[in-house]
Amino acid sequence: MADLKTHRRKRKAVQGLWALLTNAHLSGFVTGQIYSGPLKRFCVPGMNCYACPGALGACPIGALQAMITGRKPRFAFYVLGWLALLGVLVGRFICGWLCPFGLVQELLYMIPTPKLTVPKALDKRLRYLKYGFLLVFVLLLPTILRDEFGLSVPYFCKWICPVGMLEGGVPLALLDRGIRGAAHALYAWKLAILIFVLLLSVFIHRPFCKYVCPLGAFYALFQKISVLRMEVDTDACIQCGACARICRMQVDPAKTPNSAECIRCGACIHACPRNALKFRAAGKGTSGAERRTT
Amino acid sequence: MKREYLTYAVALLALASCVFGAVRGETADVLQKAAALCLECCGIG
Repeated sequence: MADLKTHRRKRKAVQGLWALLTNAHLSGFVTGQIYSGPLKRFCVPGMNCYACPGALGACPIGALQAMITGRKPRFAFYVLGWLALLGVLVGRFICGWLCPFGLVQELLYMIPTPKLTVPKALDKRLRYLKYGFLLVFVLLLPTILRDEFGLSVPYFCKWICPVGMLEGGVPLALLDRGIRGAAHALYAWKLAILIFVLLLSVFIHRPFCKYVCPLGAFYALFQKISVLRMEVDTDACIQCGACARICRMQVDPAKTPNSAECIRCGACIHACPRNALKFRAAGKGTSGAERRTT
Repeated sequence: MKREYLTYAVALLALASCVFGAVRGETADVLQKAAALCLECCGIG
């Protein structure tokens, strides 16, 4: 267990450092001016709004919608290629280690309160919602619904995304009187979503990641073929269930080590009393023990 | 082994798509959007 605690601390440190690095335009938090330099050409791997005063890079979901919503919608080769490359290299490892909003939810879950477990059948159905958000709000609506000038809006950013409110809407409203003055019904709606997600995160582990996040849904598509994958040594595994009990994403790593819901946090590896679980790179041979990689 | 081939094929395709998009100037489009304040993200657009 000491090993697991050390691992959790290390992961929190990596998450915190990455959140700081991707929001290193610290003067923006004082002036209310967002960074507009050349680094904003590049998409960060996790959910990090480009309207955040500290953001150095672009949000991939925002950038993807920006490509679609223009007068001449273009296939987003750059953004989709970049996200697919990250997905096929490390899958949802990004969710577990490099997403600032994932960190926020995890910190809230650390508040000592009774925790809720969503009934298994309902949880299983709700997990598909995030694919719906990706398909409908990120891809379809911005492509189909256009005004008389042929322009569309980023529907996910506009109507759903709590990350934009947390990192952009709230700090900018605090810093800028003009933005405060322009905040009306839409602002109230998005603020309500943000508060709901943050409150839910105190009781349910990473609810946004499990049920809503379109970026996590995209990476999940590559989970079974990603270079970084999880492997079970079935000879060593005594099926004690320690890995399933420790998993806060409700995955059973001994049965489905490369489940689309696994965020590669690695807690199960450290919880296993027989060291039967490990990360492995695709193409790397194993010791010869029987293994499960589905 | 088949899965490994699929992994590398997808990785190559993704890399090619990313590079092609960058060469086509899509990073400039991303910069244009990301460098201006996104009103939709902030809930006022």
